[in-house]
Amino acid sequence: MEFLNFSFLGSYYSFFLQGAYVTVLLAIISVIAGTILGVLLTLMRRSKIKVVRWISIAYVEFIRGTPLLAQVYLVYVGLPMLLQLNIPDFTTGAIALTIHASAYISETMRSGIEAVPYGQSEAARSLGMNSRRTMLDIILPQAFKNILPALGNQFIGNIKDSSLVSVIGIAELMYETTTVRGTTALGLEPIIVCSLIYLVLTLTLTRLLTFVERRLKSSDHR
Amino acid sequence: MITVKHLYKSFNSHEVLSDINCTIHDGEVIVIIGPSGSGKSTLLRCLNLLETPTQGSIIIDGQDITDRKVNIDQVREKMGMVFQQFNLFPHKTVIKNICHAPIRVRKMKRGDAEQQGMDLLSKVGLREKKDVYPITLSGGQQQRIAIARALAMQPTAMLFDEPTSALDPEMVSEVLAVIKDLAKEGMTMVIVTHEMGFAKEVGDRIIFMDGGQIVEENTPQELFRHPQHARTQNFLSKILH
Repeated sequence: MEFLNFSFLGSYYSFFLQGAYVTVLLAIISVIAGTILGVLLTLMRRSKIKVVRWISIAYVEFIRGTPLLAQVYLVYVGLPMLLQLNIPDFTTGAIALTIHASAYISETMRSGIEAVPYGQSEAARSLGMNSRRTMLDIILPQAFKNILPALGNQFIGNIKDSSLVSVIGIAELMYETTTVRGTTALGLEPIIVCSLIYLVLTLTLTRLLTFVERRLKSSDHR
Repeated sequence: MITVKHLYKSFNSHEVLSDINCTIHDGEVIVIIGPSGSGKSTLLRCLNLLETPTQGSIIIDGQDITDRKVNIDQVREKMGMVFQQFNLFPHKTVIKNICHAPIRVRKMKRGDAEQQGMDLLSKVGLREKKDVYPITLSGGQQQRIAIARALAMQPTAMLFDEPTSALDPEMVSEVLAVIKDLAKEGMTMVIVTHEMGFAKEVGDRIIFMDGGQIVEENTPQELFRHPQHARTQNFLSKILH
């Protein structure tokens, strides 16, 4: 067996860096936009109007019950047709990842809201705050604090999930890796490099999360 | 003035309040006592519609608040409520707990709201705690902040739902002292409590409830010394030693 040959890195390292940058960008966009959309879905789920509730449930069930890869293609092919618009590939990928993340985040958000004691809402309402004000000022801030660790995990998940948008030609880490494999005719080595970069990204984030969680906990028990 | 007429409340098929009638005059302190499950908390919570009555009416200053057209948020502004579990907002400092609703709901200027907040903190003796988070306070302190928070909306009446039941014994008196001060100032109050000594001292009228009904109501002197009904006698004999 020949030794692994990493000499290609000298001329191709910038492919990996550029790819990693796009990957992180996709993950950040999709976790932020996914959170906003996720909160909206949660609020819809709690709506008094049956149809609104139903739309939210159907959306979440559909996203959770179908593969991300299928969703990526659905958005890539379907969205431009639906809107009669030419959408840049990066935007399409970001939208697909956002839609995917939002379904999971909305479920997390729901449990985060349910974990806020009912007395909080009663206290706010008894002060004359309406249900909207109560949700925005009292319930959601506490729910966010509850789900911050879960949101961090979602972010890590998004980093890995984003590899799937390489199939629609977005030049993130996985796509760049495939390019390098093709150009260098090396099968294994670029994938090893790519995997290690993903691992560095996720491990760094995990450590960061642990740190933030510890900080949050300590502020709970002063 | 608050008038409750033929009030019923059921949870599913379980009737918790049955034909409640009572009147609370301005400046009066009403204390509701009774065994657990007698419906006293439910009655209190109906007064600001935290529970929706099944039947009957609650008329506050001529307005029937059970009418669907009534803006309940405006009614609640005028009815301060203090809970057994304090329910302070843990993500806000003490002063923000107190000022939030006056600023957001009553549209008070921040400066005015904070000035009023500091006055209220002085009143409950916790001026120096304005910038701390509720988690750092004892139960008694938290409950005094909760009272200040309710007062910040300048309510015309205050509802107390077992305000000392979740407190360690040594903290009960500091909370009761604040409530007694309010009584002296002439605040209209409805208090659900198990503190009989306090009930006797602060109440203008005691309502004894059992099984979802008002069994007996009278001045503290009369009710505690000469309870008329067997159920009242039975209850008092169990708790007064």
